[in-house]
Amino acid sequence: MTGALIVARYALREAVRRRVILVVLVLTVGFLALYALGAAVSFDEVNTLAADDQLDERVLVGATLFGLAMFTTLFLGTVLGVFLTLGAVRGDAERGLLQPIVVRPVGRTSLLLGRYVGAALVCAVYVTGVYIAAMVITGITGDWWPDDPVGPGAGLVLAVLVITALSLLGSVFLSSTANGIAVFMVFGAGLAAGLLGQIGDALAVQTLQDVAEISSWVLPFEALYQAGLHALTQDTRGITGVIVQLGPFGGAQDAGPGLWLWSLAYLGLVGAAARAGFARRDL
Amino acid sequence: MPIVLSCESLEKRYGATVALGGVDLQVERGELLGLLGPNGAGKSTLTKIACGLVRASGGRAHVEGAPAGSAPARAAIGYLAELFRFPDWLSADELIALHQSLAGSDGGPAERAELLELVGLADARTVKAGAMSKGMQQRLGIAQALVGSPRLLMLDEPTSALDPVGRRVVRDLLRELRRRDVAVVLSSHLLSEVELVCDRVAILVGGQIVARGTPAELARPRGVEVETGTGVRSFPDAAREDVPRIVAELVSSGEQVYEVSLLASTLEDAYLEAVGAA
Repeated sequence: MTGALIVARYALREAVRRRVILVVLVLTVGFLALYALGAAVSFDEVNTLAADDQLDERVLVGATLFGLAMFTTLFLGTVLGVFLTLGAVRGDAERGLLQPIVVRPVGRTSLLLGRYVGAALVCAVYVTGVYIAAMVITGITGDWWPDDPVGPGAGLVLAVLVITALSLLGSVFLSSTANGIAVFMVFGAGLAAGLLGQIGDALAVQTLQDVAEISSWVLPFEALYQAGLHALTQDTRGITGVIVQLGPFGGAQDAGPGLWLWSLAYLGLVGAAARAGFARRDL
Repeated sequence: MPIVLSCESLEKRYGATVALGGVDLQVERGELLGLLGPNGAGKSTLTKIACGLVRASGGRAHVEGAPAGSAPARAAIGYLAELFRFPDWLSADELIALHQSLAGSDGGPAERAELLELVGLADARTVKAGAMSKGMQQRLGIAQALVGSPRLLMLDEPTSALDPVGRRVVRDLLRELRRRDVAVVLSSHLLSEVELVCDRVAILVGGQIVARGTPAELARPRGVEVETGTGVRSFPDAAREDVPRIVAELVSSGEQVYEVSLLASTLEDAYLEAVGAA
């Protein structure tokens, strides 16, 4: 465990020294500024509308905007997690960075665990920060707050950790470029599966619903995002509730604790696969 | 002397390609072994198996009695790869500190200062690896390999990027390590370097050791040359014991003898012969 902590600290220092975090923070500030502008303008527009008995425009705008912010946070967290891990094994080995470290007595498992913990820590802090910032911006500009402010954020963090783990697993077998492409295609596939499920629900097409169901088990990050969207307005009823549950970029979908348990088990399985692959890899 | 590295019938196959075809090798404490061979002979594979970077397909390798690749074996090894890179954002001092942590060394700043001094980088402790020349990086690599006082040092082409002064620094360092009873396996194409510092040489060709011995054992007599008043006369089949007779015959035939040289092949000759014959 000590070896893993040393490697994790090394990974964190690398992220700071390479200015990865600085670049990400600058770009994120830009995103949040744009989001604040968009939210302010949108809520100002809502204030000019006549009151509707059946539709709460403020909730509709708040939940939609924040749902979009959640998707952006998921995407940015994914980019960060993937770029911190895409070359962790084969990429670093090809560049000759890995061998001097692997020869040390810390062991390959500790090395892998340390790289993951370092990247996961950076991603978790980042996603949590952006999520909270977007929530506060939405609350301040529109006086709208999620019904469940904690669950969706935690779900986003877990979703990014799942993708980061997949990226680390890919790095054992693929070169950096191939792994980056593969992970983003997997991310896109999960997103597409969520949209197909939404279409399947709307048109009552069982095949599409099945595809979405299977995908959510194979790629649980999309299901975590959908569950987060659902939790945003879980107490909202009526037409407003129906509309906001459609959600941006994949509909909101209640999942329950099984999804969380499966996601944690999924992390363990991906980690075990990465460990087994790395143990057999000649460097 | 105790055996530090032991390989028995060591094999490595990559699909149909045989990288090592049953290598037996032992390195004693304080011994400096030169590992020679053309590209693709299996030198790096042998080194990597000893370091636990590559899994053997057959046979056994032990470091200080522990199976190669195990934690105790890795704890006893220092390694410098042929192709390596250090994180360009780490300074020399930070890199050594990182490896101290990874190796569990409690040497602290004193060990870092000593190692950087040993490889001639005492003035470059704050210089980032990315700002170093290839030669400086190679010396930093040797310092990194020495972290934690390893009992076996595996060096794969450690002087390929060094200038003559840098090579001399490494030669002196290797002699110092021998004095400290550290075993060194030096894989190199620079035969003159190997000849200068190594106690023993093993020549690998096609995954097999085709010749081994001290540099003197591998060298062979190549006759006698005599400088006379009429020019240099060669006696390629003559040996040391033939010299009095040859000189006597030349003098009796009226030649004036100025110098007699016993010729012996160099390690390079022995290497080329071994590689060519394999």
